[in-house]
Amino acid sequence: MSGSLAFVLGLPLAVALAFFALAAHERRTGTATGPGFFQRNGLGVGLYLIIAVGFWAFFIILLPQLAMVDMSFRPKLPPAQMGGPKDVYTLENYRYFLFGSTTSTDAWNWLHIKAFLLTIGVSIAITVLNFAICYPLAFHMAQSATAARLRILLLLLILPYWVNEILRAFAFRVLLSSGGIINQMLMGLGLTSEPVDFLGADIGLYMGLSYAYLLMMIFPLYNAIESLDKNQVEAARDLGAPWWHIHAFIVMPHAKPGIASGCTLVFMLTAGALAAPLVLGGPRTLWFTPIVYDRFYQAFNWPQGAAYAFILLVTCIVFVLLVLKAFRLSLGEITR
Amino acid sequence: MKADPFQRVLFTVYIVVFFLYLLGPLAVMGVSAFNTPQYPQVWPIEGVTLDWFAMLFADQDMMTGLRMSIWIGLLVVAISVPIGLAGAIVMTQIQARVRSAYYLVVVSPVLTPGIIIGISTVVFWRQFTGQTGTRFLYDGVVLTVLGQASFISAYCMLIILARLQRFDRAQEEAALDLGATYPQVFRHILLPFLKPALASAAVLAFLSSFENYNTTTFSILSDKTLTTVLAGRVRQGSTPAISALAVIIVAATILGAIAYEVYKRRADAAAARRQRAALAEEEAELSGTPAPAMG
Repeated sequence: MSGSLAFVLGLPLAVALAFFALAAHERRTGTATGPGFFQRNGLGVGLYLIIAVGFWAFFIILLPQLAMVDMSFRPKLPPAQMGGPKDVYTLENYRYFLFGSTTSTDAWNWLHIKAFLLTIGVSIAITVLNFAICYPLAFHMAQSATAARLRILLLLLILPYWVNEILRAFAFRVLLSSGGIINQMLMGLGLTSEPVDFLGADIGLYMGLSYAYLLMMIFPLYNAIESLDKNQVEAARDLGAPWWHIHAFIVMPHAKPGIASGCTLVFMLTAGALAAPLVLGGPRTLWFTPIVYDRFYQAFNWPQGAAYAFILLVTCIVFVLLVLKAFRLSLGEITR
Repeated sequence: MKADPFQRVLFTVYIVVFFLYLLGPLAVMGVSAFNTPQYPQVWPIEGVTLDWFAMLFADQDMMTGLRMSIWIGLLVVAISVPIGLAGAIVMTQIQARVRSAYYLVVVSPVLTPGIIIGISTVVFWRQFTGQTGTRFLYDGVVLTVLGQASFISAYCMLIILARLQRFDRAQEEAALDLGATYPQVFRHILLPFLKPALASAAVLAFLSSFENYNTTTFSILSDKTLTTVLAGRVRQGSTPAISALAVIIVAATILGAIAYEVYKRRADAAAARRQRAALAEEEAELSGTPAPAMG
């Protein structure tokens, strides 16, 4: 494994050298403008910038991700055999995700595949649902609410989000349990004779997930719609455009970056949610993240867990890219 | 906005339903925290009690977790704000042709699911500390701080970057022309200008760290934070003590929001006073001297 250590230390060094080579090249060819890096910042501040950003980019972001991907292609071995002759690259962990253990008789590993597909499908549905719930309010806040009203609305919106994700999920469990207030009301109204099992049917989980990330949708939408000139909406209205024309052809195209950023955030957070499925999931609930968690701390198979995590990561990246492509945007436009 | 009455009614209903959905769960916890039954219950109210709060404070694990969460939050602030600041400054200086690649790398943690960040941090540092003989660094607190710092630094960078883009470089040049050294410019011109952004970044960093669960649950190893203890308690079963904790957090939030509002109004009033004073001074000066000839 000494090769990997050389890589860990060598990669940041190589990139740093490449940067200085690029700077020197630009200086020679005259494309660089202004003073050089250390000239501009001074030695002390310059070193601080390089060390802080270098440590962040490599030791906190890139190298851990690479280590996880690397591990996902390795077999599960006892520590003594790591780096030994058995420590070779393998696709075993990915094969397991698709086909299950070699001793099982099923053709496919349906348990995990189903959980994965369900997670992705439900996450997309929740993203769309949250957009539909949040859009009218975001539009109202951005375009027609008075300043005093806006302040109150913002406070009311933010309030639930200081409460931890686990507590929010817990609130839904209290709300929807068989003796909970919703079931009491339904029975009191005579709509049902016995309590509805919201949690067993995963309705609690879906509500909790949608609830947990409402704010991630509403703020990007609000910010994007707010920058739209009110006169444009007025003009369209004066020219006789029906309300849905105004939204479909004026507000939404303008708010595109906000819509994309809200959708990416909600999807990514829902697909990666761990607290809500743990607290609100019924005994038969299938969600992908608890399966990943169990690979590590129930099955103690870290390489397999890494492979599952990588599958989730790739899915999220693909989703972000698809959203960007569909909206014809660049990454910089949605992360503002 | 002129809308027909039907639309208005529809919109009002929507707003009411929206906020019922948003605040209903909080109200449920608020009531069940004071109700006597063992299982969190809203209705009927069988008696008012503060026992659940007492039970919460008597919970040793919860209190240890709370201390640990605060400690980790402070460490994350101490690491993420300087990194975010450096990240933002580098963003404005880096060569144009590599800027988008740099942006992609440092913003990627914001778009990565939290559990993946936790997993990758543990996997990497387990190997790295093993190989370099720095096993003492393979510790729940260290790993949690590093894992959380990945995306919290990115939040900080985005906040600071927004303000940095409004910075007028002429100020820096003026200071240099007047004989200031680079460290002096950084300390006396740039940092004061960025102070409001640094403060918001610090607050956001602490709160994000305090309430994080997905990354922490992996990287904390055998230690415990408030959120991981809480998750364990919630999985074991429902008790009104958990509702009591939520009540405390909401109350603290409302107090914090009020304090912030008061502080902001005072600051605004002070700024307005200063501006009025400056205007008055300027006017007095102008009226004292002969008006410049209009060309």
